[in-house]
Amino acid sequence: MECQDCHKRPATVHFSQSINGNKTEIHVCEVCAKENGYMPYQEEGYGLHHLITDLFNIDSAITGAQGSKQQFKQIQETKCPQCGMGLSEFKRIGKFGCASCYETFSSRLDPIFRRVHSGNTKHFGKIPKRRGGDLRKRKELDAYKEELDRLIKEEAFEEAAEVRDKIKALKGGSETGEKE
Amino acid sequence: MTLQHFMKEAISPWMRDEGPDSDIVLSSRIRLARNFSDISFPLAGNKEKLQEIRQFFQNKYEHESFQDYEDFALLSMEDLTAVEKRVLVEKHLISPHLAKNQHAGAALISQNEQVSIMVNEEDHIRLQLYFPGFQLTEALEKAFELDDWLEEKIDYAFDETRGYLTSCPTNVGTGMRASVMMHLPALAMTKQINRMIPSINQLGLVVRGIYGEGSEARGSIFQISNQITLGITEEDIIGDLRGVVKQLIEHERKARTRLMEQSGKQLEDRIHRSYGVLEHSRIIESKEAAICLSNVRLGIDLGMIEQVSRNILNELVILTQPGFLQQYAEKTLSASERDELRATLIRERLQLEK
Ligand SMILES: [Zn+2]
Ligand SMILES: [Zn+2]
Repeated sequence: MECQDCHKRPATVHFSQSINGNKTEIHVCEVCAKENGYMPYQEEGYGLHHLITDLFNIDSAITGAQGSKQQFKQIQETKCPQCGMGLSEFKRIGKFGCASCYETFSSRLDPIFRRVHSGNTKHFGKIPKRRGGDLRKRKELDAYKEELDRLIKEEAFEEAAEVRDKIKALKGGSETGEKE
Repeated sequence: MTLQHFMKEAISPWMRDEGPDSDIVLSSRIRLARNFSDISFPLAGNKEKLQEIRQFFQNKYEHESFQDYEDFALLSMEDLTAVEKRVLVEKHLISPHLAKNQHAGAALISQNEQVSIMVNEEDHIRLQLYFPGFQLTEALEKAFELDDWLEEKIDYAFDETRGYLTSCPTNVGTGMRASVMMHLPALAMTKQINRMIPSINQLGLVVRGIYGEGSEARGSIFQISNQITLGITEEDIIGDLRGVVKQLIEHERKARTRLMEQSGKQLEDRIHRSYGVLEHSRIIESKEAAICLSNVRLGIDLGMIEQVSRNILNELVILTQPGFLQQYAEKTLSASERDELRATLIRERLQLEK
């Protein structure tokens, strides 16, 4: 069958489309399919699942050498208690099934994150306002404490006193940390 | 449908405004990926739960307003035809992934189409916000405010060490993808862009030719975005991106000046020929249209073409894509029918300028 679009190449992409209720069969070649947007253009086309599979393969090549006991353990794979995703499925699709997967596979994640996020494994950035209220406060406190130490070292006592007041206010008041 | 009416629907209201550096930067976008904490992600979620999420968005946010983003409309994917979805993709209001999708997909879109919140895409929530021109800082600020607004009613999946938890490991942490759409005809013509891309990549940023492969061939429109989302703050990501965009703007301006100095007549010839093609052709392929539109837009920016408005590139690049053409025709079109309609639309659109 030839491509119905260019009439040159053979049709390799087949599907039906319905427009205003009319179903149409579409048979096009890959080039025309791309041209017309029938093919998904990949937003994050980095072959991530290959990367993850590779990482796991290296991983099991190392552990596999330690004997069959370990390998047996791997066959009875860990499954995520919330969504039921197993390690092999995660390896295959390269995506998490739910938030709990992060805990389930936590011992495996650092090498993946390091590869994908150029060496990083920990979040620095926005913290949810409501849900992360406590964490927000703690991070803010840490930052103030660091500043305080620095100021004391520099013997900038006046500024240090100001920072100490801020720390007091943050520890004491519940809402004070919200707005500066 | 008249052309004017059709175009009015085709062009998002926010695109009519000119932002800073809009001779080179077409738009700035922030996208945040978020999930509900105790519901499995769409790929593993059960249908009813995902329906509940969509229902939640319908109940809580449909027809709501937040600041300038008024009267959110909720579009359920299964209520739309293939062409309607395609058009939303071409307007960048939804992703191809959502259009193709599965269960309970929806998009919550503000009246001015500046904000689109995709529901049950790869993540439960993909919040996107567009600004015209080069306005990354402003876009980030507003995206955070919108994020806080959603968070008032939603428990996000968030982990102290890993940050915002997403379905794909490439998005974890900030969940943020910031991107800038740039028109870089002089850097593309002189092939300088090819030399610059590797060093941009080293900064953890990605450059893509936006409407397909082969840069100059597709209207010299490039998208620059961050790749890393973990271990770096949103502000720092934006800072790096801003730095690169500023440099690209500078290089593009220099390259334009040099082109004018060294081969001004040839450039002028090329621009006016392209204008001629757009004004008179009866059949035009999308590739040729994209090249000509890019040249004409450059001609406008350089003051060689005065009677045409600047927005023409953004507008016609979107309008002449297959989804829009078929929506305009209200039927499926073959490639040759599309090429004819494309030429007609462009001619008529240029007529409107007179
Ligand atoms: Zn074909
Ligand atoms: Zn899970």
